[in-house]
Amino acid sequence: MNEDAELSQTIAQLVRRLKGTHLHAQMEREARECLHQPEIQLDSLKDDVRSFLRTSGWERKLQNAVHRELHVGRLAPSLPAVPAEHLKEPLAYMRKAQASWERRIVKSLNSMSTELGVPLARMRPATEQQELSNKWNEMGTDEPDLSRFRPVYAPKDFLEVVVALRSPNLNSGEDAGARSHWGLVQVPLGVKDIAQLRETYAELSLATGQLGIDDNAHIHPDVFENNYIDIGKKVLAKQDSAAAQQYSRRGCPTGLRADLWALILNSVNQPQDVLHFEQLKAGVLQHDLLVDNLIYKDVKLTASNDDYYFVFEDFLYQVLLCFSRDAAVLEHFKYNSATPPKSYIQGKEGDDDYAVFYPPNGVIPFHGFSMYVAPLCLLYNEPSKLYSVFREMYTRYFFRLHSVSSACSGIVSLCLLFERLLQTHLPQLFYHLRQIGAQPLRIAFKWLVRAFSGYLCTDQLLFLWDRILGYDSLEPVAVLAAAIFAFRADNLMEVTSLASAEAVLADLSTLKVMPLIQIFLFAV
Amino acid sequence: MSADDVTKGVACTLKPPVFLHFGGGDSKTQGCCSGVCVIDVALPPGKTTITFKNFYTALVSVRLQRRSPGQEGAAAKWCTALRDRPLMTNPHTEAGAQDYYSIDRKQMQVEPDGVSSIRLILKQPSSAWLTFSVQDVRIFPRMQPVRKELVFPPQDPLDVASVSCRLQQMWALSQVMQSSQSHAASVGRFDVRTTHARTSKYIFHLLTSP
Repeated sequence: MNEDAELSQTIAQLVRRLKGTHLHAQMEREARECLHQPEIQLDSLKDDVRSFLRTSGWERKLQNAVHRELHVGRLAPSLPAVPAEHLKEPLAYMRKAQASWERRIVKSLNSMSTELGVPLARMRPATEQQELSNKWNEMGTDEPDLSRFRPVYAPKDFLEVVVALRSPNLNSGEDAGARSHWGLVQVPLGVKDIAQLRETYAELSLATGQLGIDDNAHIHPDVFENNYIDIGKKVLAKQDSAAAQQYSRRGCPTGLRADLWALILNSVNQPQDVLHFEQLKAGVLQHDLLVDNLIYKDVKLTASNDDYYFVFEDFLYQVLLCFSRDAAVLEHFKYNSATPPKSYIQGKEGDDDYAVFYPPNGVIPFHGFSMYVAPLCLLYNEPSKLYSVFREMYTRYFFRLHSVSSACSGIVSLCLLFERLLQTHLPQLFYHLRQIGAQPLRIAFKWLVRAFSGYLCTDQLLFLWDRILGYDSLEPVAVLAAAIFAFRADNLMEVTSLASAEAVLADLSTLKVMPLIQIFLFAV
Repeated sequence: MSADDVTKGVACTLKPPVFLHFGGGDSKTQGCCSGVCVIDVALPPGKTTITFKNFYTALVSVRLQRRSPGQEGAAAKWCTALRDRPLMTNPHTEAGAQDYYSIDRKQMQVEPDGVSSIRLILKQPSSAWLTFSVQDVRIFPRMQPVRKELVFPPQDPLDVASVSCRLQQMWALSQVMQSSQSHAASVGRFDVRTTHARTSKYIFHLLTSP
């Protein structure tokens, strides 16, 4: 009864969302054109057209589009009284914390603009546009003077915001008792414990074959790997998003990963996507934003210094500059607790008619932002494809890593999950680290915010991101962080300061991700 | 009952919540909080769906004071319409703590007709929270179809097959007309397709008019 009403409401919302899309127009065109075919009878028109769409693969594409809509963000609630801000973030104090954090960032950006005398946006003169267009594929060779620019914020600033969160209705006056929480995050969000994690991540168990473990050189490929790759090829041939997502839970073979991820994210690179990318590129050429300098600086500081990703510097510029001009990204703010900053035309401050979002996509990059794109460069070499996959990944997962929200994949929940796992299963280690002033979250936070990009070896990172896509959740990142602490527990018990604890955990490039997660979840 | 009542509901007057304490027989010692709170709602007649915003309540029960339809003269009796519906999945954590909920007549164990008063019993067993209540309680009348679907009065059902057969003949006829006309003066600025459409539209009307 109630479920039926909710189901029909969900269906109505999905239909509304899919109605204006390109897929809808294409399917209508196909349906109209199929009327010329002789096997379409007039008296069974509806069924014949439906079966035509099924056999020609259009039904599958529609299924993939519906699958995407169900996984992206939250559908609007059934009650009319619910305001839009509740959909972004249900808890009032988290909304307030996010709003005040955003005010700080915007203030910092504005003061940078005033101090350096650089406008937030300016039109490029024609000669400069031509020059940039010529250098588009090799922007890395450009060496602008970026010494005056500094990143707007770094993960450690954001950590302070997360740590300072307090639930106003929480009864903290009581004695600590059984509820004592040794960690930094003091909000009582619901996070899973090991038993629930074992249930959710059942495909990672010891008895199931995985890539990252059972594709080791010592194991004969016929035991697991060859069969698994054949299944992967079949999944790709079927072009089914849901099947690809299920498949990805046990890892994606290197040769099939690019196509599988594009299929899971339903990121089809059609001509209009290439056109959209070209339009964004034209936007980059026309206007110069202050945010562009921040992007340049970030790429130079992070990706260019990384042994694995420095070769992709040019791609990173192209993708990130276009990303900051893409107004389609504004859609994700419906389910993101953040709000895009508004900027007013000079002289018309406060007048909403003259307000624009700044930057056009509403996302202000921070120190390390380019590392979200860098691992994807290993999979896609065509800029428009790389761009559309990155945009999908950002609007589904990465935005949660730098905004305050109570979502179970949000950074606050991930931090709490990490601390709870550590306190429950390694209490001696946690206590010792706390005593020496090395709270584990202070070391692990930078890994969580970047989803380990730049800290792990590239193939291991891609195994981790396979699971993120497969389970549609960022929890594996927190589990891995706890597993790393468990792995290096013996060394960590002997350190006596935060600096030496950080030194023990500085180099993660030799770690194998999947065995660590598997042992931590299933063999502890 | 205005149109506004149907869409926005009516905010009802809540009596102040009564927190139940136990212990503390004399007025000096305060009993400890039992985690149960009772709110009485003064109910306008004829309403059946309740929506509210939760504020850290874990479970809610609804009791109705009603007069059964057959017994007009008898005193109104209290009966339980909904017992311990969970609002927060885990009373110690924030999930569902500030969400919006609705209770409609289908979820109630008794028919909410002839109700003179509603009592909401809120329970929050966890000691983690300072207080708990519900906010913005609104009552909606019995749901009636607000938007009538536009239904055209049924006309003579068109026999698709026969109409399309006749159309086929008319198309052939118009093709013949067009090929004979092409010898004459050109049609000018008009697109040939639109003239066809207009011709066939007239023919269609001729076919379907009674």
